Amino acid sequence: MTDTTAPDTKPRAKRWPYLIPLAAVLALGGVFAKRLSDISGGYDPKVIPTVLLNTPAPEFNLPPLPGLGDAFTSNDLKGKVSLINIWGSWCVACTVEHPFLMEIAKTGEIPIYGIAWRDTPERSLAWLEKYGNPFTKIGQDPHSQTIINLGVTAAPESFLIDKEGIIRYKVTGIITREVWRDTIQPLIAQLNK
Amino acid sequence: MRILVLLFALFFAGAVHAVEPSEMLKDPALEARAREVSKHLRCVVCQNETIDESNADIAKDMRLLLRTRILAGDSNEQVIQFLVSRYGDYVLLKPRFMASTYLLWFGPFIVLLLGAVVVYRRLHGTPVAGPAPLSPEEKATLEELAPGERTP
Repeated sequence: MTDTTAPDTKPRAKRWPYLIPLAAVLALGGVFAKRLSDISGGYDPKVIPTVLLNTPAPEFNLPPLPGLGDAFTSNDLKGKVSLINIWGSWCVACTVEHPFLMEIAKTGEIPIYGIAWRDTPERSLAWLEKYGNPFTKIGQDPHSQTIINLGVTAAPESFLIDKEGIIRYKVTGIITREVWRDTIQPLIAQLNK
Repeated sequence: MRILVLLFALFFAGAVHAVEPSEMLKDPALEARAREVSKHLRCVVCQNETIDESNADIAKDMRLLLRTRILAGDSNEQVIQFLVSRYGDYVLLKPRFMASTYLLWFGPFIVLLLGAVVVYRRLHGTPVAGPAPLSPEEKATLEELAPGERTP
């Protein structure tokens, strides 16, 4: 009585639209995975890329620390490749970076200028007394005017400045041996040509 | 009840401002402009707070700086541009409308449109084919089981 051989006439709805949510989830997962692997690979989402790259460093005239020579001005940057390091006695990462700055200073390959950010002269001097002074010149920026002109967000930050006073590289955070060797030293060599 | 009141209060608590009285400009109109400008600027170390709300030191220094610029005669747009030229578009809490942010601005509408297309096709699109008509044998069987039943 029943015909079991009857063809399956049940309409077949298109299946593929049901795969869209799955594909979307997988795609999103892929984006997350990429981002996470970037972060574990050293990418820091908090670092703001500087828009000042390849533009002249802003004009400034920062008072010296008492007993440590003259004011640090933007004119000091002209004529040779130099490094500006922003630091503060309150900045923990700066104490981590400091021994390496001392090392660079000893080689004499490049003058390092310091900007003592949001600090009192007493504290800055005490800090230098304790850890040593790698800086050719130091200017004080207690109210962040020059810091903001440089687009600085946190200490330490360093700028590589060419002979014309143009910003050529920015390090957000500690200058590591790797960044120095692989990026900054080659750049210095190139800029010195 | 107390908990409810507390929750209610928390729910409606506005953003807390970090502006200190000593920072404020004497002229209320200029101060109002300063507040307006600082609400559009992002604190560069706290990701998602305006400099108006942030207690970070650099946010405070930015507030002071924008006030000195307003006092010096800058327009709101000039002050904002001053900081954008140093920190990039990152300092803007509301992304600007430009090529690199089109997806951000149009994205939700594109998704909405796609949803509308799907819904429309569901409601007005080609209907899914109904079951095939009964074969003569099936009609006979049906007639046998339920005489007079209408068949498609």
